[in-house]
Amino acid sequence: MRHKLISNWQTETGKEKDVILSSRIRLARNLKKYKFPNKSTQTDKNELIENLKLKLEFLTNDGFDFYLMKDLDEIERLVLHEEHLISSGHTKNYEAKALLLNNENHISIMINEEDHLRIQILRAGLEFYDIWNEIDQLDNQLDQKIEYAFSDKWGYLTSCPTNVGTALRASVMCHLPALVLSGRIDNILGAVGKFGLTVRGIAGEGSNSEAELFQISNQITLGFSEKEIIDKLESVIQQIIAEERNSRKYLLRNSYQKLKDNVLRSLGILKYAYQLEEAEALKYLSRIKFGQDTNLIEEKLDQDLFRKLLFKIKDAHLRYNFDNQLDQKKLNIKRAEIIRNILNEE
Amino acid sequence: MLCERCEENAASVHLTRIINGQKEEIHLCEECARKSSQLNSDDTDLSFQSLLSGILNHKFSNKESSFFSNNSAQKLVCPNCGMSYHQFTEKGLFGCEECFDTFDQKLDNLFKRIHGNIRHNGKYPLSFQQKLEAESEISELKIEMKTAVDRENFEKAAEIRDKIHAIKSDMEDDSNEA
Repeated sequence: MRHKLISNWQTETGKEKDVILSSRIRLARNLKKYKFPNKSTQTDKNELIENLKLKLEFLTNDGFDFYLMKDLDEIERLVLHEEHLISSGHTKNYEAKALLLNNENHISIMINEEDHLRIQILRAGLEFYDIWNEIDQLDNQLDQKIEYAFSDKWGYLTSCPTNVGTALRASVMCHLPALVLSGRIDNILGAVGKFGLTVRGIAGEGSNSEAELFQISNQITLGFSEKEIIDKLESVIQQIIAEERNSRKYLLRNSYQKLKDNVLRSLGILKYAYQLEEAEALKYLSRIKFGQDTNLIEEKLDQDLFRKLLFKIKDAHLRYNFDNQLDQKKLNIKRAEIIRNILNEE
Repeated sequence: MLCERCEENAASVHLTRIINGQKEEIHLCEECARKSSQLNSDDTDLSFQSLLSGILNHKFSNKESSFFSNNSAQKLVCPNCGMSYHQFTEKGLFGCEECFDTFDQKLDNLFKRIHGNIRHNGKYPLSFQQKLEAESEISELKIEMKTAVDRENFEKAAEIRDKIHAIKSDMEDDSNEA
């Protein structure tokens, strides 16, 4: 792969970064006259790829690289997935799938995923409006080269009925340790559902995210404009940010010693552990981020530690950066070593 | 004591909540307490899980009642990709753009259940915008042409007719190119 695979977007700083790790918007688009990927043959799909490769040449002349998924190594596909640049679907049955990726690794266009095109932009922090402007422009550029499947009744036509209309999905990854610790998370996330939004725990099932990481996204794509969808999501997220910050203050006032002990123990474990599983490492890193954001850790640590390590300590990243042959045991040892080194050199 | 939420006004409302045996005290000013009670009344009976399964059941019951009980709908088959209505409900995916026209009669109901809405309200592709603009220009020109004919200004009417033809052939060229 010509690309330098390790993304920059997660190490940038962004708005509200004590709570919001990253924002993403993706648009689903299909071309007129071609059957959707779930009904098309390999030949159809390859023809579409060739067609798009030609029509979207202006992108490859402008900082994008074009890849056939089958030409990438297994480990490269997995790293791209861990970086949130491609879906898990794009790492499987990849015979007739392709990818356009920009040099800064924050814009990706998947070809022949569930829809012909899945365009997405990622940024650190809460940055929906910048992302929307950027993706709207990119969408218009593509629109000049290819004809989209569109109906004035139902908007952009997509494979799945849940995407029809704007075909826009906006999401944030947020860190909500105080809402989890204070037990308020279920109520708040329940209320979020009432606004047509979906919440998913990351690194855990349902709302029991061990790393206290959650993804919140819009569910509804039809009947509202793109701007309305983003406005609603942004306003709900602003409230969650406020609630999280209030809970942090509340916890600090009422359980300071207990929290400080918990955070420093987590730091101790990461500084000295010899082997760490991915979920375990994430859980303690999450505590350390919480400790940094609430000034419970006096020691000078890199303020962006969590964001920098979040992807680096994942299995595929470790195998990609060190040794593709690492088994699970060795991965756990390598993971602990990397974290130890970073924490002890500070 | 200051309100915990806004940290500006004096706390005058003191709440004690016991959740799973954990006691939690909250001290709020009147305004924040009012906001907070609105939030609480919203979220007491609604967990995320129940909401999620609600959405899933919604789709499921939609399948069961309106899709399968309707025999005429079941027989619909998309002439372009061969997707039958039955397959569509099983798979949950459209096979091509023409499926939308084929299953048209059932879609308002389906989208209503999924999105609570049945019509697109977002952006349009450029080609579609141009088409809309061209159509509205043509309808304006037709009115002008009729006025010209009424006034027996046939030379002007012919001019306008040529303009309309030009716009129409531009539109055709565009759609052929795409």
